[in-house]
Amino acid sequence: MKRLQAAPVLLLHPTDNVLVCCRAVRAGERFDISPDEALHVLQDTELGHKLARRALAAGEKVIKYGAPIGSMTAAVQAGGWIHLHNMKSDYIGAHTRAARVDAT
Amino acid sequence: MSFQGYLRRDGRKGIRNVVAVAYLVECAHHVARRIVDHCDDPDVHLIGFPGCYPNEYALRMMKALTTHPNVGAVLLVSLGCESFNREALAAHVAASARPVETIVIQKAGGTRRATDLGVITAKAMKQNIADTAVRVPMQLSELVVGTICGGSDGTSGITANPAVGRAFDRLVAAGATCIFEETGEMIGCEGPMAVRASTPEVGEAIVASIAKAETYYRAMGFGSFAPGNAEGGLSSQEEKSAGAYVKSGSSSIVGVIKPAEIPEVPGLYLLDVVPDGAPKFGFPNISDNAEIVELMACGAHLTLFTTGRGSVVGSAIAPVIKVTGNPETYRRMSEDMDVNAGRILEGESDLGEVADEIVALVEAVAGGQLTRSEDLGHREFILTYKSFEPSGPGCFPRGA
Repeated sequence: MKRLQAAPVLLLHPTDNVLVCCRAVRAGERFDISPDEALHVLQDTELGHKLARRALAAGEKVIKYGAPIGSMTAAVQAGGWIHLHNMKSDYIGAHTRAARVDAT
Repeated sequence: MSFQGYLRRDGRKGIRNVVAVAYLVECAHHVARRIVDHCDDPDVHLIGFPGCYPNEYALRMMKALTTHPNVGAVLLVSLGCESFNREALAAHVAASARPVETIVIQKAGGTRRATDLGVITAKAMKQNIADTAVRVPMQLSELVVGTICGGSDGTSGITANPAVGRAFDRLVAAGATCIFEETGEMIGCEGPMAVRASTPEVGEAIVASIAKAETYYRAMGFGSFAPGNAEGGLSSQEEKSAGAYVKSGSSSIVGVIKPAEIPEVPGLYLLDVVPDGAPKFGFPNISDNAEIVELMACGAHLTLFTTGRGSVVGSAIAPVIKVTGNPETYRRMSEDMDVNAGRILEGESDLGEVADEIVALVEAVAGGQLTRSEDLGHREFILTYKSFEPSGPGCFPRGA
């Protein structure tokens, strides 16, 4: 069965509070996730990145695949991009390019 | 459906017929590489261990790799004064009834003489194993298949990894042996994973292996999370873990093994790659090929490699099938990718269809079809220092 989906985002599990972009989306795009749920994209967001399905407060768990993948460090509105700038691991820190070793 | 394999005199069956040229210390690397370069033969592969200090793990790994079922003959290249036990390794290979020769550079008279001798020896070995190859029918149930992810992004966990998971389910159902690994990338998944254990002892081993990984990575200061993972949309170790874990599919987990432990009965295994004891020797796997090498040492005939950002690597000894989950990566790097799982995201296919394609490709590659990385000449290999205790009783089922 082919997936026939108009929305360029995936809801991976019914309890998730994030959506995954199937393509790059642009601020201002609106689409229906289900017959009674719509999403208004607040920021340009790349393929594979996450958007908030609803408003989340700092300290709230981020749920993807039906499982917690970390906690919010700042509030986000519905349709906002969720990433390292507003969430963190509950286990172990990530090393980003900002943490790259600069051997001088 | 069956394909033609290579029957080894120790009774195991391989899917390639390779001469392994192995350097036993970095000081012999150049000569070994020149030997392989001068042979200019897609079936003469370079492997080796760079360290001069003795290490049981490295010897055990080299024993397992030089008697891998895809290997038909072995040429060892020693400088002469290193501590690697070349006699023990040569005796182990000889006991498997494979041709084995050792060139000691200091005895041969230096770089040029050792290289010339090595080229003649390796070419003769290649001819010999090609002429005397015993081709036999081989079934999916006789395959050992590994999986690894590298360069993961936000697409990996929803396309390529679950598609490989479904392919794993089909391979296990067909009686194959499947191995997934990198316990450092399963942090946060230990609860659901332990539920899938075939025995309480295996469940305990799963939980213990993940706890060990978390302790070890904390001591290293970083999780198994690269900058590219973040650029691809992954925000935390546990998000990456959840996506990586689905490569294992849904079969019962029958055992937890360590590098160079070869499963004796079919089924799905977790490979615990994090060293035992106090953290030393640095990161458990310094790059993806270190994990592929450990899968091969556990007998993997080939490896399913999922990637989002777009890894290009292959491997010495055992073919690597590259599955990308990202349609943009596929368009940009299609020459390097065997399977485009990214079309799931674009609504052009689904997980089941991609899993079917992966299983069909496993059969084709096992039957001799070259993977993209093989065809492009990728033969990466890396082996570094580690230390492990043997797995305790109950960690995996023993054969009759």
